[in-house]
Amino acid sequence: MTRGEVEAQAGPVQVRGTVLTVRRVDAYCAMTLVAPAVAARFKPGQFIAVAVGGPDTSMLLTRAFSIHDVRPDHGGTVEFVFEARGSGTQWLAERRARDVLNLTGPLGRAFPLPRDPANCLLVGGGYGSAPLFSLAFRLRERGCQVDFLLGAASGDRVFGALTARRTGRSATITTEDGSLGTRGVVTDMLDQVIHDGRTDVIYACGPMPMLRQLTVLARRYDIPVQVAVEEAMACGVGVCMTCVLPVVGSDGITRMSRSCVDGPVYRGEAVRWDDVGTIPFDAFGAPGWEPRSRRAVLVHTGRPAALEGRSVVGRGRAGGVTGPGGVIEAVSANGAAGADGAAGVSAATGARGAGDEGGLAAGARRGGDRPAARPAGRQRRGG
Amino acid sequence: MTGLRLARRGDSVVAVDLRTRLGHVELPNPIMTASGCAGAGRELAQFMDVSKVGAIVTKSVMVSPRAGRPTPRMAETPSGMLNSIGLQGPGIDSLLQRDLPWLLSRGARAVVSIAGGTVAEYADLAARLSDAAGVTAIEINISCPNVEHRGQMFACDPDAAAAVTEAVRSRARHDMPVFAKLSPDVTDIVAIAKACVSAGADGLSMINTMLGMVIDTDTMRPHLAGLTGGLSGPAIRPVAVRCIWQVREALPGVPIIGMGGVRTGRDALELVLAGASMVSVGTTIFQDPSACTRILRELEEELTERGVDRLVDVIGLAHQAHALTGRTLSPNARVRRS
Repeated sequence: MTRGEVEAQAGPVQVRGTVLTVRRVDAYCAMTLVAPAVAARFKPGQFIAVAVGGPDTSMLLTRAFSIHDVRPDHGGTVEFVFEARGSGTQWLAERRARDVLNLTGPLGRAFPLPRDPANCLLVGGGYGSAPLFSLAFRLRERGCQVDFLLGAASGDRVFGALTARRTGRSATITTEDGSLGTRGVVTDMLDQVIHDGRTDVIYACGPMPMLRQLTVLARRYDIPVQVAVEEAMACGVGVCMTCVLPVVGSDGITRMSRSCVDGPVYRGEAVRWDDVGTIPFDAFGAPGWEPRSRRAVLVHTGRPAALEGRSVVGRGRAGGVTGPGGVIEAVSANGAAGADGAAGVSAATGARGAGDEGGLAAGARRGGDRPAARPAGRQRRGG
Repeated sequence: MTGLRLARRGDSVVAVDLRTRLGHVELPNPIMTASGCAGAGRELAQFMDVSKVGAIVTKSVMVSPRAGRPTPRMAETPSGMLNSIGLQGPGIDSLLQRDLPWLLSRGARAVVSIAGGTVAEYADLAARLSDAAGVTAIEINISCPNVEHRGQMFACDPDAAAAVTEAVRSRARHDMPVFAKLSPDVTDIVAIAKACVSAGADGLSMINTMLGMVIDTDTMRPHLAGLTGGLSGPAIRPVAVRCIWQVREALPGVPIIGMGGVRTGRDALELVLAGASMVSVGTTIFQDPSACTRILRELEEELTERGVDRLVDVIGLAHQAHALTGRTLSPNARVRRS
């Protein structure tokens, strides 16, 4: 079988999914759809794009939601978690069993899994924890130890606290109002949790400020961190170019990376958190980028810059890219569908996805979190 | 016989001839992707056969790589969306080395959309595309609203539009159709259309997005980082129909690629009746990545229902005074439909 055929089988599908259940889970909604083809292809960290509003709707854009879980019943079901906060998610919350939705998935790059058993810390903010439970299952299958660190504004916004306590080696909960677990935010507890669990690798999904802070702290401990980011998306499949953020590739070049196909899972330190929402001056194709790089590329390879991300130039931020040595080696990119080595950025970084109403991840998490530090963090679409 | 598709009506099998002409190039059917909504076809190939649509119109390519505008780049609006991408892309080299060969290998027809900041850049792009295999036509994007200065939008000025068109026409291979893509944000689109055609355009594409803006009432600031963005989707379809109608009325012999809010086969037919020989599908792809093949199927059904057996018979038909009594239309078919 050629690689192309393998990819075709592993790639996303566009299907009509039948609603099995819609239920309230504290502050959130969880919807289960019968979608066998999506369930069969799913890897933890991937997301789906769901059309909302029916055939003649005025809401044109799909909503992106991380997949919470897949199950074999009814041929294969897919569950996702969202917060009904805009007209799109409100419409979804009003669906009933046997309604049919158009969806595409599974989309994006999954969380890469460690090659060997490791101590894994899974950090979730708000309903950003939704994709972490299927990840935990896969990790335990591989003999990994799983610790959870979940946080939100209040107890009813910590998604999956009970499951975390039941299935994790440990589960630490933080809430900003102190209604559940420790009062504070997840990063307050990071030091203790890492120390107690002898953490080898961190996986995280939640609001962008949390992911950013987590990356900073993890670097201090020299622990690799895989984050599932949230950016507003229109298509989810890689054609609309709205969900971009600056990410440093393995070649040291910063590109405006599509978080739907190159993400949503990235290596934490590959994301230029300070520059999210901007075009960094040294990003591939930024004004002023080209002349310098072209010169550099000509020296090195004799061909025009950057075309396929293979040229080794622009080492500016390479230090940050290579990342901590030890454990990162253990984190293979086997989870990512198209881990074809050549795609340096993606294979190493993995990907994430979720978008809309913050996608599931963002929006939900956002909901419970403190007011957005930057406007970009708010729900971007009508919801 | 890719252009002849079989449709069943009653008990008899009727062939609807969907072939159409892009300049002097014949296409098997009129449905195309709209530039910027399909990348170079690769992503959509996961969901549909890219060789089945009339052509894949690639995302506007520039001479050099371009990072585009900051985020947020997108806002959903009633029956539409604003985008403010700013022509992010890896540049012409990547298109020539990766995308065109791939499209060719999949049997797809490629219409390459080009964009530039100066007339010389457009001319360079046209020259480089002339040597490339697999280019069916060139679409000159002179109307992207997401540029730093509105003055850069060539489609706002007849002389500037003509200058770009002339430069591209002179550098493009003589047998390669060149279409100029126009903006609806002008006082007199017919004047721009005439200027482009006089300068050598083989046809016209219309419409590009309309300049729009959304203000976030929570932050009390513009929602898009680029402040303004291009409005697309069904919200602008009546504007597209009007533009196509006006230009068809003034320049009946000039082929038109129509686009603007096409979501169904019925919408595509509406643009054809206004005068479009081809119809591009854009924003709807974001909701339905296989929209092009669906709309193609629906268009065929719409034609069959109306007793039309050749697409070319209804191009611009709405301009005829007594369209319903025309040769190709069966009034009975309409009655039966209702």
